[in-house]
Amino acid sequence: MKLSSSIQGDAQVIVAQEPRIDAAIAIQFKDKMKAETEAGEGRVILDLSRVDFIDSSGLGAIVAAMKQISGTRRMELAGLTETVQKVFRLTRMDTIFAIHDSVEAALAREA
Amino acid sequence: MGHEAGSGPVNVRLKSDNLSIRTALGEVIDALKARRVDPDALGSVEIVLAEALNNVVEHAYAMRDDGDIEINGQIAGDMLLFDITDEGAPMPLGEVPSGAPAKLDVGLDDMPEGGFGWFLIRQMTEDLTYLREGGRNHLSLTLSVM
Repeated sequence: MKLSSSIQGDAQVIVAQEPRIDAAIAIQFKDKMKAETEAGEGRVILDLSRVDFIDSSGLGAIVAAMKQISGTRRMELAGLTETVQKVFRLTRMDTIFAIHDSVEAALAREA
Repeated sequence: MGHEAGSGPVNVRLKSDNLSIRTALGEVIDALKARRVDPDALGSVEIVLAEALNNVVEHAYAMRDDGDIEINGQIAGDMLLFDITDEGAPMPLGEVPSGAPAKLDVGLDDMPEGGFGWFLIRQMTEDLTYLREGGRNHLSLTLSVM
């Protein structure tokens, strides 16, 4: 499970560098997100554009990642691919997260 | 298997661990592509099979990684019929969970991190039946590929 992180403007952009977030790596994903977001402040934008597939374990891990970001930080999502979008839509988790078409679109909007 | 690579039923056997599920899903999806199933339908197929297989590993085999699982798939017109069998523990109530939608009208701290699996399966299948027979679980799933 690989994540890369950079600061862009007012946001920390974390790119999930994996084609799948599934039961095999859901716990690792959650732990690595915690490590990446423990320090720092401001928006967190999770770029999912390289992720082709998530299952409900992966969805749960993304929710857990949002919950473990404490205080005033807020986690947003960007670049959902088709199957990932379907999982968010069917579970209505798309109503819980701010979801942007791309990181660029997320950055263009004020937090 | 006794069939040409690109035709006939799909049969994949796997052991009950998460990485074997990944491999098996890849094999099923490749087999469906070879059989010219509409690529737009494959995302739903993969989600449904992933949830069903995760459930077998997590509950029927209680995370034991040496259990046997078999997937059989058939294409019948616009329908895909899958049968997943395992030799693990039966479904607790002898039937498939109702798969109620997760409750999202809660505070952030109470936001559900699980319990989406059966809901997703039910949303994306036309028919779902469960049978316990001869010490095996049989889960039959029908998906439309229209």
